[in-house]
Order: sequence, then structure tokens, then C-alpha cells
Amino acid sequence: MVNWANFLSQMFNGLVLGALLALISSGLTIIYGTLGVLNLAHGAMFMLGGYAGYVAFSYTGSFPLAVVVGTLFVMLVGVLMERGIIRYFYNRPAEDQILVTFGLGIVFVEAVRFFFGSLSKSVPPPPGLVGITNLGFMVYPTYRLALFGIVAVALLVLYLVLYRTKLGMIVRAGIEDPVMVGSLGINVYRVFMLVFGIGAAAAGFAGIVNAPVVSLAPDVGEPILVQTFVVVVIGGVGSFPGAVLGGLIAGEIISITSMFNPGYAYVMLFVAMTLVLVLRPYGLLGSASRE
Amino acid sequence: MLRHHPFLVELLTLVGLVLAPFVLGWIGASPDTVNRVLVWGLFGIGFDILFGFTGLLSFGQSAFFGTGGFFAAYILTRLGFPSVVLALVLGMVVAAVVGYLIGLIALRRTGIYFAMITVAIAEVFYFVEFNPLAEWTGGENGLPGVPTPHFHLGSLDLDFSTGWSLYQFFAVCYFIGIVVALRIVRSPVGAIFRAIRENPLRASAVGHNIHGYKLTAFVVAAAYAGFAGGMLGVLQAFMPPDAFTFGTSGQLVMQAAIGGTGTLFGPLLGAAVWLFLQDFLQSSTGLGAAWKLVLGIIFVVLVCGLRRGLIGGLDDLWGLLTGCKAKRAAAAAQAAAAPPAAAVPVATTPAAVAATPRAPAPQEPAGIILEASGLSKRYGGIVANSDIDFSVRQGELRGIIGPNGAGKSTFFKMLTCEVKPSSGKIVFDGRDITGMAVADVCQLGLTKSYQINQLFNRLTVRENLTIAALAALRGRFRLDLFRSLKRIPGLTEQVDHTLELVNLTQRPDTPVAELAYGEKRRLEVGLALATRPSLLLLDEPLAGMSPTERAETVQLLKSIGQGRTLVVIDHDMDSLFELAGQVTVLQEGKVLVEGTPEQIKSNTLVQDAYLGGVHGTLAHA
Repeated sequence: MVNWANFLSQMFNGLVLGALLALISSGLTIIYGTLGVLNLAHGAMFMLGGYAGYVAFSYTGSFPLAVVVGTLFVMLVGVLMERGIIRYFYNRPAEDQILVTFGLGIVFVEAVRFFFGSLSKSVPPPPGLVGITNLGFMVYPTYRLALFGIVAVALLVLYLVLYRTKLGMIVRAGIEDPVMVGSLGINVYRVFMLVFGIGAAAAGFAGIVNAPVVSLAPDVGEPILVQTFVVVVIGGVGSFPGAVLGGLIAGEIISITSMFNPGYAYVMLFVAMTLVLVLRPYGLLGSASRE
Repeated sequence: MLRHHPFLVELLTLVGLVLAPFVLGWIGASPDTVNRVLVWGLFGIGFDILFGFTGLLSFGQSAFFGTGGFFAAYILTRLGFPSVVLALVLGMVVAAVVGYLIGLIALRRTGIYFAMITVAIAEVFYFVEFNPLAEWTGGENGLPGVPTPHFHLGSLDLDFSTGWSLYQFFAVCYFIGIVVALRIVRSPVGAIFRAIRENPLRASAVGHNIHGYKLTAFVVAAAYAGFAGGMLGVLQAFMPPDAFTFGTSGQLVMQAAIGGTGTLFGPLLGAAVWLFLQDFLQSSTGLGAAWKLVLGIIFVVLVCGLRRGLIGGLDDLWGLLTGCKAKRAAAAAQAAAAPPAAAVPVATTPAAVAATPRAPAPQEPAGIILEASGLSKRYGGIVANSDIDFSVRQGELRGIIGPNGAGKSTFFKMLTCEVKPSSGKIVFDGRDITGMAVADVCQLGLTKSYQINQLFNRLTVRENLTIAALAALRGRFRLDLFRSLKRIPGLTEQVDHTLELVNLTQRPDTPVAELAYGEKRRLEVGLALATRPSLLLLDEPLAGMSPTERAETVQLLKSIGQGRTLVVIDHDMDSLFELAGQVTVLQEGKVLVEGTPEQIKSNTLVQDAYLGGVHGTLAHA
């Protein structure tokens, strides 16, 4: 029943999904780590990226432009959301923050449903990346192959922003000790806005580059949000390496279980999450002080 | 205002439920929508106990709603189970059992982690229903043909099939649900739920096993969800698979937030607003699919603007109209301004004071009550405490001083087992308590008052002390879900007595948030006292007080010290030297010296520690 080619290709599917989840989860985790806000609209951000890219694509026909527009649009939405609403919630209980981002997520999803309908939309892959590629040991859809490269580059860019720029240094310091960073004379509010924008953009980018693989629908972000939560619980809140590791683990679990029976993919994901919670309650690469 | 009559709320609910069909029927509401409101309202009662009272925001209630619903529907449709009511009850039991198991996992973490885990769990249930269990649940088709309840009572044949007749059955279910829930929130367990919501750290520190109580709230919520799920199947004559979706959990959360949490009735109001608005937007305005967008926007606006939902908003409005709030605020201001002349009387009742402590010293008076040996605490490379040997005799009043960063608070945290020592041993009352849980240590009779107030902020002074006293009277965990607080022997006396001790008798019904700082400080000590400790640690009880308040508090501590063993940390040396019989000086995590106040005052080591060898420099100058 299980042959090697099938297994390898599922492994690779898991890698692609894992990289995608890693990128989306990084966005969620740096927002939480820096601002202390769990963004339940993060799945909607993923969806918005796809739709914004879809609109750009249907006017211009250019996939790269669609990616740029999708990413920038979601970044803008993130910044506006932070300036317009989220910042008034920094001093309110975590539950209120969760409720308001949850509500905003619903508003985004329903607004898209209102304007685009419930029927799914599709964005074709760019011309050079259509069809399949023979890798020698297996044949694999070319765009998925490229997708892995694209997401890996995006993760690298995010890594460079976090670990090689001044903003990244402030963000990482803020995750460890927000009070200290605030007292160093840094304008944390501008940083908060940027972080929210970048975190949202990561989800938006993932949404548009994934659009040629899975067709777009208004509620496409919902399972992504759930999987992202599992990734963050496994990897540890506020940890970029944790998000990457957790993403890859979750991606592989989903893909490999799906090979046997897709119905159990979530069950296995849940088992993995429970194991981590029992053995390492703060996540594989998390720490108690970050919460 | 609703406290005058013990069963007023129940009575009003009953009247409301009886009148609803007439009023709502008259304005043309569809009975189907009204029944739906009752299902969501009952579902929401459990959620409110979990979120509104205990402070645990779960996005996974659909798991239990679906479990209870599908279990009831399955035994009714596939196994031909004869009784609808019993099937609903069984569905509730199954949901509660599942809730218990899931709670064990989800409650390993709190806050956002808890929210994320519950989301993930609910999603698992959805997929399990769809795929591995499809044979039993009908997969995406659900289970059609769920019957409605009918009873044969002698010659009487009662059939609750559709519309307003089904309403009668649902109304009875809802009424029982609300009566049970009211009992729960008025029980000691309900009081502890609120304490966990307000300050889990302190709830645990006064001696409650908060994990057990959280799990209780989780199971109660799951039981309500399971029963309501069964009702949904009965209402639709069909158990829909979308009961298991994240959307169901989300709708519940939104309805509760719209109506307002912490009152049990919020979810019902929220469901009414939600479902009637949905009907109205869909049918009358031709908005069609956009109804959810409108409701989403309303929800966001409400969360931004009305923190306590519609019920909270109405309450505030009522307060504004009647001037009730203003009167209360004025009374508070007056009481705060009035000189607390009653600070002294506490010292006049030494006999009563001496009678309180839990362990009335079975040993000889000079016995050792606490002994710490070789106690060290390292945080990475930083050594907070190293090799501290410390012992306290029964009945002693010990002072601890030391410069900032000497490790005094860390030392206290280790003694109460809030922080696990890196090495060393703590023996309290002849028992090795090293590594025990804070709640257990408190149950043994050792607790502390905090340097930074750890109170239950939205509760009144009396409620605060009640929570602490309950730990002493009921132990760390007890499931007296249906017992009235009034029925607990000795509770009122102990709370009143503590009120007297800390001189807050004039303000028992004031919410903590409205107290003056000095009063909060006294309540902080009161919380520790109400647990009837035999050894009480006080971490800077005088911090931030004015000179007058200090003098009063010193008197207060003196009176508390009679018949108790006290260890006090403070920076106010004059006050401490006046209070303490023996003083221990800590410096850089070590015991520098120990002795009577006179010995300490004249000790050159101590002078060096505090003045940093200034007299040397002064000599040069």
C-alpha cells in the first residue's frame, strides 16, 4: 500500500506545508511575543493575502505583482488594525484582546464573503512553474517545489530582519523583557505597529504564494489558524526557531498521517501537542519567562 | 438589589419563562427562534461559569456540545432508546466525562495557551466526527430522525412536539439549568471560581487547590454543553455535524460577550440578540449572507465599547439613572477620609485573638516551629540566597532586615514554597515541607502576606476574606457545589473576626478596587490571617504607608502577634525594632547576623552593610 515514491512525495508535501506553517506561525509568535496579543485574526490575514493577490492578478495577470500586492495589502491591514483598535487593548485583559481579534477575523472573512461570494477562486501558478518536474527519484509538481524555495527565502528574510537588524534586536529583546525595553527610551509604540504589520504580512505572503496550490475561499484561513496554534504550542510562544521547528513537525505529521488516513491527521497533531504539553509545558524551544 | 430575597432571581426567571410565549408570540416571534435562544442560553450558562466566573476563555465548547448531542441522538435514533429526557441526561454525562479528560490536558496551561489548546481540541473532535466515527455519527449527513419528548402520566399523554409545545419542555430544562447554576455560583466552590478569575496566584496561596476547581468548572461547562447539544438535535429533529465546528464555539463566545459575562443570563440575552437579529437581517432587510458581517461588526463595537456586554451596560445605565454609584462613591470617599480611630480597639481583645490560630501550640512554648537549613537559590549565575540557616520559635515575633537585593523576598518565597530552593531543607511544625505545593503549605498553617498586594480586586472586602477563610474551613479541595455559603459553620464568625483584627469592619461590602491604599494593605494581611496560620510571614507590611498609617499598622501587628508566630520583613527599622524580639539581618543572600534589636543596632557589621563603610570615608573628610 505504501510505496517509496509515494512516501517521499508525502514527505516533501509535509516539508512544503511545514515551511508554510513555520512562516505563518512566526508571524503569530512575534506579534504575541512583542505585543502580548494573541491575534485570532491571523488566519483571516492569510486569507486576505490570497484574495488581495487574486484581485491584483486578475487585473495585471502578473503573479509576482500579485505576491507583492497581497503582502503589502495585508501589512497595511495589520498596521491599520494595530493603530485603529489593538493599541487600545494593550491595557485590557488578555481575554478582551482575544475577543476583539476573534471578532475582527470574522469581520474580515464575512466581508470577503460579501464581496467575492463563497465560491472558491483560483490563481494559476506563474508560467514557468506549471506542470511537473522529474527529480529522478520522484516526479513532483513544479510549483510546489518552487513554493518550498519561495517560503524558505521568506523565512530567511524574516530571520535576517529578526537577527540582523536594529528593529529585530528590539523585537527579540522585547519578547524577553518588554518592561526593560520600554524603559530604555525606545519608542515601543512605533515598534509595535511595525511588528504587527510584519507579522500580518508573513501570513498574507503565505496566503498568496499558497493560492496556486489550494484554491481560495473565505474560510481558508480557519484550519490554518488552528494548525498555527498547534505549531506555537509545540514550538513555544515567542520563539522564532520554535515556530520553524514546530511548523516542520506539524507539516510532516499532517502529510504522513494523511497518506494512511486523512481523518486522523488532526488526531495525530493533537497527540503530538499533548505529548509536548506533558513533557515540555512551555514548548520545545519556549521558556517560562516569555509568557 | 437582587439580594433581598433568596429566591428572587429564580422567581423572576420563572415568571419570564412563563410569560415569554405570550409576549413573544404576540409580537410575532417564531417559536423556533425562541427555542433556539433557550438552547444557546443553556449552553451559555455552562460557558459563563467557565469564562465569566472562573476566567477561563475556551474556544472549544463545540466539542462537548457535539459530543452530548451526538450521543443522545445516536442512542435515540439508532438504538431506539425509549426516553428522550434520559437520552439528553446521558449525553450530558458523556460530555462531562469527555470534558474531564480534555480538561486534564487543556488545563495544564492558562491564558492564551488555554485558548489555543481548546481551539485545537475542538478541531480534532470535528475531524473525528467526520471521519473515524462517521459510521456512528453519519459523517457529513449527521443523524436525522431525532424524536421529541413525550410522557405518559397515567391517562395523561403529554407530547412536546413542535413550536410552543416544545418550548414548554425547553423552558423547564432551562429553568432547572439556571437554578442549578445559581446554586453553584452561590456555593463555596462558586466563590473560589471568582477568586481564580481575579487572582489565581493568591487563590492558591490561601490554600485552595485551584487546578481541581478549574477542572470542576470545565466539567460543569462541558455538562451544560452536552445537554444543550442534545436539545439542538431534538429541536431540529436532526443532529447536524456543524455542531462540532469552530463556528459553534465562536458563536457561543460572541453571544456571551454580547450579553455580558458573569451573570449567567448574559448568554441568553446575547443569543436572543444574535438569533433575532439574524432572522431580521435575513428576512426583512434582504441582506442575505451579509447578516454575519453585520453581527461581526456589532460584536467588535461592543467589545471595544461595552466591556461588560449589554447586561453590564444596562447595569451602568441603571446606576447612572438612580445615582446609586454616585452615592456609593461618596460613602467610600467619606469612609476613606474619616480618621480610622478604631485602629486601637483591636489591641483590647487579646483573648479572642489568641484563640484563633489553627494549631494551638501542642508543644512547649519555646518549641521550634520553622527550621530552614542550608537554603540556597540560584537563578542561572545569580545567587539570590546561599546557605541560609534560620529557625523560628513558637510564639516569636521575628524581624528580618537587609539592604535592597539582600534576597529577603526570595527567602520568603522559598519558605512558603512558591519558589523551589536549589538546595536545602525546610521543616515546618516537625514536617519536611521542601518542594510541597503552596496551597498545601498554607493548609498546614504557614502563609504570607505579599509585598505587592495580591487581592481579589473586583470582589468586596468580605468576599475576599471569605475566600481565604473557606480554605481554612473546607480544606484544599471539596466539591460542595450545592451548599450555601451561609451553611458553613464558623465562616461568618471567622470573617467578622478577621475584619475586626485588620480594622475593616466599616467597609465589608466595598469592592477592593475602591479601597484606599492603607486599607488594601490591611486587607492583604487580613487575607493571610483569615487562613488561620500558625506561622505568618509578612513581606514589608509597612511599604508605601504614611507615618500615621505605619504607627497604626505596628499596633495592628502587635495585636496580631499575640498567640501567633510572626516573621516580618521591613525596611522601616524603627518600627521593626519596636516590634520584634529577635532580628535577622540578611546581606547578599546570606545571614549576616542575628540578635536582639539592641545588639543589631550596635553591630558594626550591620552598620557597614547599610552605610557601606561610610564612616571610613567620613573619617577621611
